[in-house]
Parts: sequence; structure tokens; C-alpha cells
Amino acid sequence: MHASTSARETSQGSSDRRVPLSERWRWRVVDIVVASVIAVACAAVFLLWNVGYEGPSALLKPLLPGIQGLFAGPWLIAGVLGGLIIRKPGAALYTETVASVISALVGNQWGPLTIASGLVQGLGAELVFLLFLYGVWRLPVAILAGAGAGLACGINDRILWYPGADTLFTTVYITSTTVSGALIAGLGAWLIARGLAATGALNRFAAGREVSRRV
Amino acid sequence: MSPEIGRGPLARRNPVAKLGAALLIALPLVATIDPVSAFVALVLEIPLLVAAGLSARQFWLRTLPLWIAAPASAVTIALYGAPSGEVYVEWLFVRVSEGSLLLALATLLRVLAIGLPAVVLFVTVDPTDLADGLAQIVRLPARFVLGALAGMRTLGLLADDWRALSLARRARGVADSGRLRRAAGMAFALFVLAIRRGSALATAMEARAFGAPGARTWARPSRLTTGDALLLVAGAAISTTALAVAIAVGAFTPVLGR
Amino acid sequence: MPASTATPPAAVEARGWGWRYATRQAWAVRQVSLRIEPGQRVLLLGASGSGKSTLLQGIAGVLGGADEGEQEGSLHVAGLAASAARGHAGLVLQDPDSQTILARVGDDVAFGCENLGVPREEIWSRVGEALDAVGLDVPLDRPTSALSGGQKQRLALAGVLAMRPGVVLLDEPTANLDPAGVAEVRDAVGRAMDATGATLIVIEHRVEVWLPLVDRVIVLAPGGGVLADGTPREVLGAGSGGDAAPAVAHDLAAAGVWVPGIPPRVPPPPVHATGEALLTAHDLTVARIPGAVVAGPLDVEVRAGEVLGIVGANGAGKSTLGLTLAGLLPPAGGRVAASASLAADASPRRRRGQADDDPFGWSSRSLLTRIGTVFQDPEHQLLARTVRDELAVGPRALGLAEEEVSARVDDLLDRLRLARLAEANPYTLSGGEKRRLTVAATLAARPRVMVLDEPTYGQDATTWAELVAIIAGLRDGVDERGPLAVAAITHDEGVLAALHARRFEVTR
Repeated sequence: MHASTSARETSQGSSDRRVPLSERWRWRVVDIVVASVIAVACAAVFLLWNVGYEGPSALLKPLLPGIQGLFAGPWLIAGVLGGLIIRKPGAALYTETVASVISALVGNQWGPLTIASGLVQGLGAELVFLLFLYGVWRLPVAILAGAGAGLACGINDRILWYPGADTLFTTVYITSTTVSGALIAGLGAWLIARGLAATGALNRFAAGREVSRRV
Repeated sequence: MSPEIGRGPLARRNPVAKLGAALLIALPLVATIDPVSAFVALVLEIPLLVAAGLSARQFWLRTLPLWIAAPASAVTIALYGAPSGEVYVEWLFVRVSEGSLLLALATLLRVLAIGLPAVVLFVTVDPTDLADGLAQIVRLPARFVLGALAGMRTLGLLADDWRALSLARRARGVADSGRLRRAAGMAFALFVLAIRRGSALATAMEARAFGAPGARTWARPSRLTTGDALLLVAGAAISTTALAVAIAVGAFTPVLGR
Repeated sequence: MPASTATPPAAVEARGWGWRYATRQAWAVRQVSLRIEPGQRVLLLGASGSGKSTLLQGIAGVLGGADEGEQEGSLHVAGLAASAARGHAGLVLQDPDSQTILARVGDDVAFGCENLGVPREEIWSRVGEALDAVGLDVPLDRPTSALSGGQKQRLALAGVLAMRPGVVLLDEPTANLDPAGVAEVRDAVGRAMDATGATLIVIEHRVEVWLPLVDRVIVLAPGGGVLADGTPREVLGAGSGGDAAPAVAHDLAAAGVWVPGIPPRVPPPPVHATGEALLTAHDLTVARIPGAVVAGPLDVEVRAGEVLGIVGANGAGKSTLGLTLAGLLPPAGGRVAASASLAADASPRRRRGQADDDPFGWSSRSLLTRIGTVFQDPEHQLLARTVRDELAVGPRALGLAEEEVSARVDDLLDRLRLARLAEANPYTLSGGEKRRLTVAATLAARPRVMVLDEPTYGQDATTWAELVAIIAGLRDGVDERGPLAVAAITHDEGVLAALHARRFEVTR
């Protein structure tokens, strides 16, 4: 059990009261339910993008092998979004994994390996949030988390799906997945989280409490 | 996605056993990328697919994504896969070679060999029963399993809301153009609704003492029976036989370390 | 600790209790001190914002920990601190759709028992008893999504009763239900309370529905503390209203509670005679999903200067008829014809060879300036990020100049008293404010016909009176365009009477 009772102020200075870390990091029921809602919503995006990415990717692939990594972003968004909204340890990993499990269950061409991808990608985002001790949730951290997920995705795909690819492909691919993760997943998730917070839907979360302090 | 009522012996098996069987088939098969193992697995799976008891219409409808995706990825690999052997076509970065064609065939068969049993097994799984099984048999924490189940149901119940959202946009004069943007706006509105409803549901669950300290009992027992054990054994047998045949024939090509 | 035998009725005691949410500066509840004896039945009233829901959630122990708000004073249920007394109090909330936890009826009712650690053998007998107590006679594997609103609320009540709590808490359980559902739930509660003898606390602004069941009324004051506490007769008067009712009753009525004997103000009868028929339906059959006809064939007219009240039983097709008249759903048979003056200059949708006078064939922009539709759930209609932009959506879609857009928006902000909310996010408005906003947003495009689906659904008396006044104003004509044609789909007979509406009944 953590003995620390000093409140860890988040960098935005929102007033988390003097609550011990162990209690602040414990998942409430609403955390679990909403994280699952986010996972399902992102799984829908995954499923749509499974179909949608074939077109643009087929166009770009002949130009530069590995550049199709730029389209990996939408598959990375669940982890970053889950982390930004729930703000508890394991949120990014949970959301991305559950979203990929749903995507795998509904059926796609990658089958159960989708779950492995989800785990690895979620871990990529999770590690970034861990690096900041689950205390900083601003835009740069979101972008870094997206990049982390993208990097993990690139490495995972290279090992599982493109075995035997040459150095050029590997470099281009991993770089483009990282960039795609940073922009689409990182920035995108941050914007979505902000939009949600503005509607008041996140009032039971710290993410919502930053935005609104009504009288 | 509501469960179909299969009529075969598979339909009544424990969902955890079905999940386990699908994983037992998939994971070993994933280790290799050759046509022989995938083909053998497909052939061995036919009795399994029949045992699910789905009607022809249900089967083809539910596995449709696989029948589209398998050839699509096969074509991609044929055009861009690692070349080896005689090269047939070459243009920019496209390189169709003997090796890539072989890989394409392997991919096609493998997608089907892994995907078909997975879809067929899961089509008859009821989510609540799966949650019961995961919590009681696999011993995942009940709070997470049931919370996730409740959260996932929430989004699925919003079909009526989607219809109302699109009618509202027509009435507000914005439905004439900009389909993609409108769809994105509707998706966002649906997301807000889902989170709101999920939060209220969490309160309702807590009001029924969910997450309270103390042991939880289960109204619907979930146990593994001999039939379930047989299913798991069958799954393991399918993939190991397929691998064994591939190794014996010499076609085994490991995925990692290439 | 979980109780595996019946929990005796519990007492509720609050001493100077208060709660402040982390998102607000002001305290939601403050300085509440009261004691409710075991077995008492209490009606909890107060203006909106006086913290009634918060008090109930506090008693149920679901307000959350220190990161969600702060507490002062103490709140006890059956002698235990409320936040640690899970299972002693059961809470039924307002929205039927947010309380169905599991997919099958039996499983949903058993959920509470499972959480309390009740042995399996006992769970299913409790489930049967609870369903009998609320009168829900459906098989245990019926999907919960197939139940009606009233049935869902009774299901939630059964789920609570199966836990055998000492206190049953109801937070506006009938607010989102039609009159049939309201009666169902009230009767179910009455039966259940007679059977178990548990303590009951109800929040509801439709007072006369619950008066027969309760023996005590507590009124919370907006600033904090208890305003009145006593028998219904003491607090509300005998129901004769007028000068005989105590001052508290008049304050409550002014705050939006439907006090029996003190009805809300209604607008005067129509000023103009009925004008031309702007929409006419000939032999119309309507369907929500193509092929599944719900009502018809019908002949009906929507005339300027008049309110057409579309009534009918639940599921009879009222909303479907309204949406078909509004040009949003295609007729399943027969036709909807707009008058020549309404259909003039309407542009068709692309690729449609429809007759020019059928609203379904018009483009979205043409529909906007001719027929305005206000949906039952305001949240389905919110498009923008601020109230001001929300009102501007229609005029901007018409391509009007910015000065014209601002002029219209400012005018509507004033007329519907939304000016101080102009920069707020529409989702953060209260229920009544959202309703006024959606009506205003539809009016911004200046349609000549208005179709309103359940405009007074779930509203307290003050908002009800406001909306009825607004609709009457539309009927009588608020600007140089003259009287509008209004069609109101409603099950609220009071609205029809207040607006002197012409009734049109949709029967199956």
C-alpha cells in the first residue's frame, strides 16, 4: 500500500484533494464502464478503417514501400483516448486491448493477431503515460503517447506481418507509423477528449473537471 | 451483434471453451506461413463448422467479411510480398514472383483457417454467458468483466438514437451536402450520449451494491463439462495435426526470425 | 455486511449534512437535518437546484469518494454511515434506458442479489417474488431492450426489491413515462411497499400521483436546510388550492412543482380564426421501418392559426405520423400534400422525381424554411458548440448575410430568455433550457409549420407553462408572417386543453 498521502497536483493545477495515490489510481465502476464505451466506439472506428484504409494505402504503397504506415493512426486512437479520459494506470492498455478484441471478434483479415497488436499498441501509449507518472495530461504528452503507440505498432507489424522486409522498408514504415500515431492518435484523441469535456459528459472525470468550474 | 441460435452440439458449449478452442486453433497456426498447414487445418475444421449447426444463410452472412478479406490480403501479398524464385512481373515496387505467389496462397488459406472457426464459434456466444464464464472459470475480476459488459451493451442500444440524429439533421437544413462531416458530427453526438448513459448506468450499478466489499455470488453457474473439454482438445488437435503435417512435408516456414 | 434474510425497514438520519460536487462552487445540499422513521413514506419536494437528487444519492451511498466532492455533517442509514451501507438502500433513477444492466430480465433482477453475496438457491426465488411484487409478468429470458418504458422502470424496481433493502429511494421514476406507464409504476410501488413495509422516499414533481401513497412531505430549500416538514395536508393544503393552501404550497407551485389545486398559468384562447390548411394528408399510412405500417389510412389537415393535437396510445404511431407530416419519413401509402403557398419555390432533393407538394421530396434547405420539427429528446438536435452558434445553424445553412444571422439570433435569445446562456455549450443546459433552445433553433429559419413531438415531456410546472405560452404565441403569430400551423404530438391532455387544440386521435 502506498504510504504517501500528499496530494499530487496535476500540472494544470486542478484541485485534486488530499487523496492518497492508491485511492486515486483505483478504478471506479464508472471508469470501467466508460472505458468500455470508449473501447466499443473505437472498435467501430477500427472496423470502418479496416475497410477504408485499403484504398489510400494501395495508392501510396507503390510510391514508397513502408509509407502505408502513415495510415496506421486510426487504429491507435483507443489507447490514447482511454488514457486521457480515464487517467488511471492501465487505462490506455485496457481500452486499446478491448477495442482490438472486439475488432477481432467481429472478424477481420488479421484474426486473433489483432489482439496482440492491440496489447502492444496499448502498451506503447501506456508506457508514455507511466513515464509522466499518470500526472500530466496535456497536449504534448498526448502526442508523445500517440507516438509511443505508433512506434510499438510499427515494430510489432514489422515482426509479425512483414518478416524479411529490407532496411528501407523497415525505417520508412516505423517512422511513418510513429508520425501517424503522434498526429492522428495523439492530437486527434486530445481534441476528441476536449470536445467531450466541453459537453459536460465527463463531469465524473478529472478530464471534465478541468474544463468546467461553474458556479 | 446478437447471438444466433445454432442448433448443433457446439451451440451449448461453454463460451470460455469456445474462446479457448478458437485460440488453440489460431495461435499455433500463426507460427507458420505455409499453404500446407493452413490447408490441412481447413479440412480438419469442416466437421467443427458443421457441428455449429448454423443455417447456410447465417453461415455465409457472418463469414462474408472473411471471404472478402482473404483474397484481398492475398492479392496484396502477391504484389508486394518478399520476392523469391522466378520473378514474373516487375513494375515500380510491385514484384510478383514465385515466392510471393506461394505466400499469397498461404495467406489466403491461413486467413480462412483461422477466421472461419473463430466466427462460427463466436456467433453462438451470448455476451452475458461469456462474462459469467470469464469471471467464474478464468477468474478475471468481476468488476471489470461485468463493468465492461454493461459498457459494451450501451453503445449497441443506440440504433434508435442514430436514426433520430439523422432525421434531426434533415430537419435542421444541413442534410443536403457534406455527408462525411455530418456522419462525423452524428458519431460525436452518439459518443456523448453513450458516455452519458454509461455514466448513469455506472451509478445504477453502484446503487445495486456493485463493487461493494464482500464476496460476490453468481446466479448463473458457469462450469466446464466434458463436452467443453472435448471441444478444447479438438481445437488443439486441429492445429497440432496441421503443424505436424507441415513439418513432415517440409513446408513449415516460421514467421518470426525471417 | 450482506443480509441473506429480509432487511427490516431502516431509519434515515441526517445531521447538518451537505455535499458539494467537485465541478461546482456552490454546495448542492447544505445543512439538512432530518430523521425518517422506519416504514415511513416520504415525498421529497423542492425547487430544482435544491439538492433533492443529491440527498437521495447520498442516502444510497453512490455519490463517490473524495475526488468527486466533499461532504459535511453526517448521514446514516440503519445506523451505518450511508456511504458504507450498500445494500440497505436501493435507488431507482429517472431514465429507464440507463438502468437496464443486463440483457435478460431475470439476470437484471438477480444482479443486486449477486452483488450482496446472496446464495444462489435463494437468488432465483427472490427474483420471482420481486417480479410478482411489481406485477411484471414476463418470462425470465425476455430481452430487456424489448420492454416498454414503464416495464423497464418496474424492472429496475424489481431489481431493487430483490435486494430486500430497508429503504427504497425513487428519483423521479415516472418523469419519462406516458400516463399509462406512470400509473403502472405507481401501483407497483404501492403494492411493493405494502408487501415489504420498507421505508420509502420519493422525488417527483407530479405530486398528485404520489399523494395517496405517502404520509409525510419534506421540502428542501434552495439555499440549504429544510423548508417544510409535515403531513401532506399541513404542507400542501387539502388540495383545494387558492387561498386555503399554505404559503409553502404557493412557493412550491411557483418553483415548478405540480401542487394539486394550484394549476399553472395557461395562455388565453386563440385570437385569429383558423387559416388555410398548409399540410393535408390523404389516405396516409405511416411506417417507421419500411413495410411495418403502424397507423392509417388517415386524413388530416394542419391549419394555420390552430394547434393540431395528435394523440393516441403508446405505440399507436403518433410520432411516426408527425414525422411523416413533417417530411422526414416517407409515407407508406397515400400522400402528404403541402398547400400551394407552402410548396412554392421548394427545391427537390437530388435524384428524386417526387411531386413538388410532397415535403419528403424537398431538399433539406427547403424543408428548413417551411416545416420546423422539434424532437422529443433535445439532445438529438444539438449541432453546435455554443448556444449562439446553435441558433445560427439554420440561418447560416440558408446562406444569409452575417448581420441578418446575428439579428435573428439576438432576437430569439431575448424572446426565449436564453441570452445569459449564449456562450454556453448546449449540452450543459438544464432540461427546460435545452427544450427552449431547440424550439428557438427551429424558429430561427422562420418556418410556417411547426411539428412538436412531446414538447412538455418530463417537465416541471414552470417549464410547462413557459413552453405552452411559447406555442400559443406561435399559434397566434409572433411577427409579420402571421399565425403558424402547429402540430403537437402529446399524451398530455393538459397541453391540449391549454392550447385549445383540435384533437386528432391515431388508433391502431
